[in-house]
Amino acid sequence: MIKDKKFLEKIATNCIDKAKKLGATDCEVTVSNNISETVNFRNKNIDESKRSDGIGIEISTYIQKKKSNISSSNINEDNLDSLITRCIEMTKITPEDEYNSLPDKDLLATKHKDLELYDETSISNEKKIDYLKQAEESAFQDKRITNTEGSSFSQAKGNFVLANSLGFSMGYQSSIYSASCEIIAKSNGSMERDYEYTQKRFFSDLKPPDMLGNKAAERAIKKLNPKKIKSEKIPIIFEQRVAKSLLDPFASAISALSFARGTSFLKDKLNKNIFSKDINIIDDPLISKALGSQIFDSEGVKSSKVTLVKEGSLENLLLDTYYGKILKMKSNGRSGGTTNLYFENGTKSFTELLNTHTKALYINELIGRGANIITGDYSVGASGMLIENGEFSYPINEITIAGNLSEMFNNITLANDLEFSYATNSPTLMIEAMVVAGK
Amino acid sequence: MKVDTFFKHTDLSRNEAEQIVSETLNKCDDGELYLENSKSETLVLDDNKIKTTSYNTSLGYGLRAVTGDVTAYSHSNEISKHSLKESSNNLFSTLKSKKGTYDRSTSRTNVKLYSDINPIEAKPLKAKIDILKKVDGYLRKKENIVKQVTASFFGQHEEIEILRCGGETFKDIRPLIRFDVSVMVEKNGRKEMGTSGTGGRMSYDDYLKDENWKKICDEALRQAQINLDSKPAPAGEMKVVLGPGLPGILLHEAIGHGLEGDFNRKKTSAFHNLMNQKVAREDITIVDDGTIANRRGSLTIDDEGTPTSRTVLIENGILKNYIQDRLNARLMNMKSTGNGRRESFRHMPMPRMTNTFMVNGRYSQEEMIKSVNKGIFAVSFGGGQVDITSGKFVFNCTEAYQIENGKITFPVKGATLIGNGPDILTKVSMVGNDMKLDPGIGTCGKNGQTVPVGVGQPSMLVDQIIVGGTKL
Repeated sequence: MIKDKKFLEKIATNCIDKAKKLGATDCEVTVSNNISETVNFRNKNIDESKRSDGIGIEISTYIQKKKSNISSSNINEDNLDSLITRCIEMTKITPEDEYNSLPDKDLLATKHKDLELYDETSISNEKKIDYLKQAEESAFQDKRITNTEGSSFSQAKGNFVLANSLGFSMGYQSSIYSASCEIIAKSNGSMERDYEYTQKRFFSDLKPPDMLGNKAAERAIKKLNPKKIKSEKIPIIFEQRVAKSLLDPFASAISALSFARGTSFLKDKLNKNIFSKDINIIDDPLISKALGSQIFDSEGVKSSKVTLVKEGSLENLLLDTYYGKILKMKSNGRSGGTTNLYFENGTKSFTELLNTHTKALYINELIGRGANIITGDYSVGASGMLIENGEFSYPINEITIAGNLSEMFNNITLANDLEFSYATNSPTLMIEAMVVAGK
Repeated sequence: MKVDTFFKHTDLSRNEAEQIVSETLNKCDDGELYLENSKSETLVLDDNKIKTTSYNTSLGYGLRAVTGDVTAYSHSNEISKHSLKESSNNLFSTLKSKKGTYDRSTSRTNVKLYSDINPIEAKPLKAKIDILKKVDGYLRKKENIVKQVTASFFGQHEEIEILRCGGETFKDIRPLIRFDVSVMVEKNGRKEMGTSGTGGRMSYDDYLKDENWKKICDEALRQAQINLDSKPAPAGEMKVVLGPGLPGILLHEAIGHGLEGDFNRKKTSAFHNLMNQKVAREDITIVDDGTIANRRGSLTIDDEGTPTSRTVLIENGILKNYIQDRLNARLMNMKSTGNGRRESFRHMPMPRMTNTFMVNGRYSQEEMIKSVNKGIFAVSFGGGQVDITSGKFVFNCTEAYQIENGKITFPVKGATLIGNGPDILTKVSMVGNDMKLDPGIGTCGKNGQTVPVGVGQPSMLVDQIIVGGTKL
């Protein structure tokens, strides 16, 4: 059983009291308990079962403008006492930083809101195995599926309390169920791997196992016997699964941290156009049941929906208290990053997007982290399919795609097929021209 | 080490723990109780200020039982009778229908590869903060194009103990430190970064003596300045000369992961049916060596208690060994090579690399560069990734140059290089005589677990590799 709020809150309160007694002028504590159970399955049998039960505590102490923090997995009272003592000693030695402080009291969350983030359902290991067995059986229906990298089912539940010396103390339970199926297809000496994945707050919302298996198999088979292509400049269409990854460098580049440090290629772009007029980017923490939802951020600041990009113009940054102060802006509850981040739907259908050009590359897998936030330079490994006259013609791999994010952002066209499968989501996305390096 | 580190603040005595372990594992093929008490600190200077002074402690256990090819694992940060019994029941419910034979023979090592020092306590916080401030002052004073400096210390002291069925125990104390500097420079509106670092299993002062930190700063600044003059990298397949040291990331990604026991037992690696076959040119020998004193990737014993070893993976072009932990070695009728590693007590061990490198050949770097008409000279890499099944790997250059007609002409922007693991070794046409290990900053991720590793290689000429630039 995960620890209840009372248990976690008592530890947090004791720590704040102790820290203040030892000379802290302010203090913030997070106590969390997470229990997860995972079953891995491969070739008709259970491969691994794993149970994790962990408590974690993080304490920040302030002495005026000096700040230090400690964290531990050990909530034994003697241990916490000696850690808080150590934290206070460290705080005294750490130089002052005028921007250090707890959040403004009037920005803190006050009301709990039920975002339906917790499902009580407990899935037994037998039931997990059943699910995975069905997924794998579905995948193996095709003769070209010869092996499996493994399938996995995991149930994770957690509870936490965040408290600070301004009197804030809130927390809530959450759950995540996830299943994945990773399949290997073989034909004519070519061996390819792909996966399908489902992750939800509620067990009943997970994709059915046969759908998972079939989709994984279909994807791996499609990749078989790939060809290399010549280097050229060509339109690139990103499948939803990889299109969302373009929002990651965008999010780091518009974080208050990158702006305050001057290390973002978008640094001078607030209230300026960085995308075409058709593009809107939203970060919404209050979507019921969504994977990135939260009532408040990691400092307790109330989170609400923010339009980051409106009609192509950068309207808002991701602000926490500390870097917000440096930029002379108020936190918008993004300490800890984005919540449910997405491109709003475009106007074209998927098929229309495929038919925009006589020849394009459809990318469904990226490998490597090739985005440079300072310069915007972008270069990653990729694989996918060649599209000719709107039709998929053959699989392509061992290529790279490269460009500069500033230019890429300006040349995005979105389809209207947005789904909320992850915390960060995108519809199918096309970039007019990128350089592909091949043979 | 104090004998009772793990049993002093709990109702669980050592004898009771041994008893539970024996009862749990008696009818299994393998398994152990892994106990860990880890302390670490992170100190960060950024944007002219000390941004982080942080201290972490982590205490807990992981109980593992293995029978056949099935593993059950349960971990908790509560070392108590109740918790351990619950874990034991949990393992039993997974494995109850299976029966195994516990292997009681285990090897021992008397060679300690690092001292018991606790680097965190060995240098006062104030002294460490002072060095970080000096780094900032030094770099900003040295060149006025320096616009941002980040410098950090990471120190760790890890105490582990492994209890096997029958009461046998293995212990290790593992110090680890890292010092990193990154610099952003700006000139004529253009910004670029440079990074450098050092580390290993010694005290901070072993790395910082004689103001050695200045060398790290100079190196980060040099790289940033070079990148200020970089032009777009070419796009397409071409010859690439790799410098010595850190570019060994290529071997780690392209070859190392594909030789890990788990992928080969499951036949998902492109190398699974190539044992004792020629996979590379005759002058190529690749080694995984966990026994180099004080190195970041080294361990006295691995996280299953096996002494680490020097394992020749590829000898004169022939595939000789896989990287093994106990489970995969047993199922493949091989021996553990001492590569059963885990991130922490929260994770099951699996085959992982230690320090992986290619040994010297006979060519000089000049000869390689001279032989290239059009290509790239790659000196430093930021990281890499591999898809084991297809063999495709990528790595990101952070310092590279264009080669034209046998001469280095100008620096090029960072680009991703992509290749095929089993293929790449057949395309290496010259192996250098300047083998170097990386500066001690490698971290490897696999299945969500990260562990410190080392890489190394001499300079190397690869005849064909795809460079992911923007210039056609």
